[in-house]
Amino acid sequence: MTTIETSTPLAVESSSPPVRPSASPGRVAFRQFLRSPSGVCGACLLILIVLGTAIGPVVYPVDPLDLVGGPFTAPSADAWLGTDYLGRDVLAGLIYGGRASLAVGAVAALITIAIGLTVGALSGFFGGAIDAALVKITEFFQILPPLLFAMVLVTLFGQKLTTITLAIGAVSWTSAARLTRAEFMRLRNLDFVKASRAAGAGDAYLILRVLLPNALPPVIVSATLAIGVAILFEGGLSFLGLGDPNTMSWGLMLGQNRNYVLDAWWAVIFPGAAIFLAVLSISLVGDGVNDAINPRLRRRM
Amino acid sequence: MSTLLKVENLSVGMRGSTGVVVPVLENLSFAVEAGRTMALVGESGCGKSMTALAIMRLLPEDFVVTSGRILLEGEDILSASPKRMRSLRGNGISMIFQEPMTALNPLFTVGDQIGEVLRWHSGVGLAEAEQQAIALLRAVQIPAPEQRVKAYPHQLSGGMRQRVMIAMALAGRPKLLIADEPTTALDVTVQAQIFDLLADLQKETKTAIVLITHDLGAVAELADDISVLYAGRCIESGDADSVVSHPCHPYTRGLLDCVPQLKLGPRPPQAWSDLAEIAGMVPPLGARGPDCAFLARCREASELCRSRLQPALEPITDDHAVSCWRKSELAA
Repeated sequence: MTTIETSTPLAVESSSPPVRPSASPGRVAFRQFLRSPSGVCGACLLILIVLGTAIGPVVYPVDPLDLVGGPFTAPSADAWLGTDYLGRDVLAGLIYGGRASLAVGAVAALITIAIGLTVGALSGFFGGAIDAALVKITEFFQILPPLLFAMVLVTLFGQKLTTITLAIGAVSWTSAARLTRAEFMRLRNLDFVKASRAAGAGDAYLILRVLLPNALPPVIVSATLAIGVAILFEGGLSFLGLGDPNTMSWGLMLGQNRNYVLDAWWAVIFPGAAIFLAVLSISLVGDGVNDAINPRLRRRM
Repeated sequence: MSTLLKVENLSVGMRGSTGVVVPVLENLSFAVEAGRTMALVGESGCGKSMTALAIMRLLPEDFVVTSGRILLEGEDILSASPKRMRSLRGNGISMIFQEPMTALNPLFTVGDQIGEVLRWHSGVGLAEAEQQAIALLRAVQIPAPEQRVKAYPHQLSGGMRQRVMIAMALAGRPKLLIADEPTTALDVTVQAQIFDLLADLQKETKTAIVLITHDLGAVAELADDISVLYAGRCIESGDADSVVSHPCHPYTRGLLDCVPQLKLGPRPPQAWSDLAEIAGMVPPLGARGPDCAFLARCREASELCRSRLQPALEPITDDHAVSCWRKSELAA
């Protein structure tokens, strides 16, 4: 005798497959990132660079500002990558300069994104007069030539690493703001936003918990790339002689030795290559992040 | 039974780019009692959803309420402060949307989303909110609610998501539930389940429902009262049975004729009858004159109709009112 099951409330839907333990969107994106070749290559390269600057002094304990030999000593067993125009060690410069360059890049990118997200979110969410005012401010910053504006800021407030970082942030937040604003405008009319509002959500909740997480994917990609841009920016400022003379950085090395490139290529090529590799690795990581969190693009590729 | 929601002479307009306000809803009045269901019926573009959004005070930016009052338990919600409105939404009135596929936040689990509403309106803690979310999912007949509470929207089918939406809408224990075409995006079999679910939940919670639909089958099954909207005007209203069985306005008759009737028999019929249609289209916004809005499409229109303005909504029996110049002839 078989007994017939009668307790299922829904004959149609109870046959649907059992729920698998669900992975959070973050974990899904991470798994996807690991599948992107460019992302993984970039991440490995970036980790190597970061590790190099972190444990470099242990392996190669030389002060980057010490004069270890005559100027323009070619790479040798004493100074692995040679010395610069003052006789300072290039490899030590790369190690300590990398710390400064990466830190400036990361912090400036954070500032960029923080300002951009705030302005863009308020602008896109509220619309109307708030939007009009914020867009005007954004446009004002946008029409200023960024490098020139940053040079003015650094000249005005002093050639210190913090000033340089803030200046880079202050001139490069506009694209993040526009991106965030566009995402918010697209999202705010979607059903789940209306549904949230209909369930009693306030503005703060809608902005922070409903719209922001959904607007983040493109912003994360642009934030990643902003690190690379900020490193280049710092390099550019230092190259033009507006770097912090008391802190070794890749851009500073490049700037101070640029006149001697034909005589002592190592003092210019190595910091240049370091900037190139760092920005390249960050771009690759950005690519991988984009693949991981932008499913539509991923399909096409 | 006391009147829960009273809409009085509600008019909504759309502000055009030139500043001219084009009427979208004109002089709409209806009332809903606790535990009863009011159906708003009509074609697309007749102002059904605008009515719902006006009650929620969630009209799109360019739309304004030009006159009228909306009373929830005697409180005029059109003049309520934004703060008061926030606490009313979800708690006093909540809403189910048409598209369950897009009405849930894709980045949070359904438990999170239901729990959030619970925490706003009853101030429970995280753990308690999850327990109550599971109970709500069980109440909307989702199998294995303990597991589904941790599911993301994309892991659920359309019918399931609509159930989640209903659970979310009920989480704040609303007195009034507005269901804006809750089954339009769903399979026919699932539609019936959702309607049954709504009817069951209404019996338990005594929630009043405003059902927006063009599914007259659903109306006959679920609704107690009906208002038929045409081009932003209420053209027939009354007791659901009376309106469905004795429609008086030519538009309501046309709508009912459009419902396919399944004839069962051993052989196909000798002659296939064509499914009726109502020729023409709803007049677009701004093209609505002062005369009867349905005039251009009406098969019964006479010279009398053409020479007069939009007829008033007048009762023909105790619980049935029609806005038609020829109502007495047509009712006979």
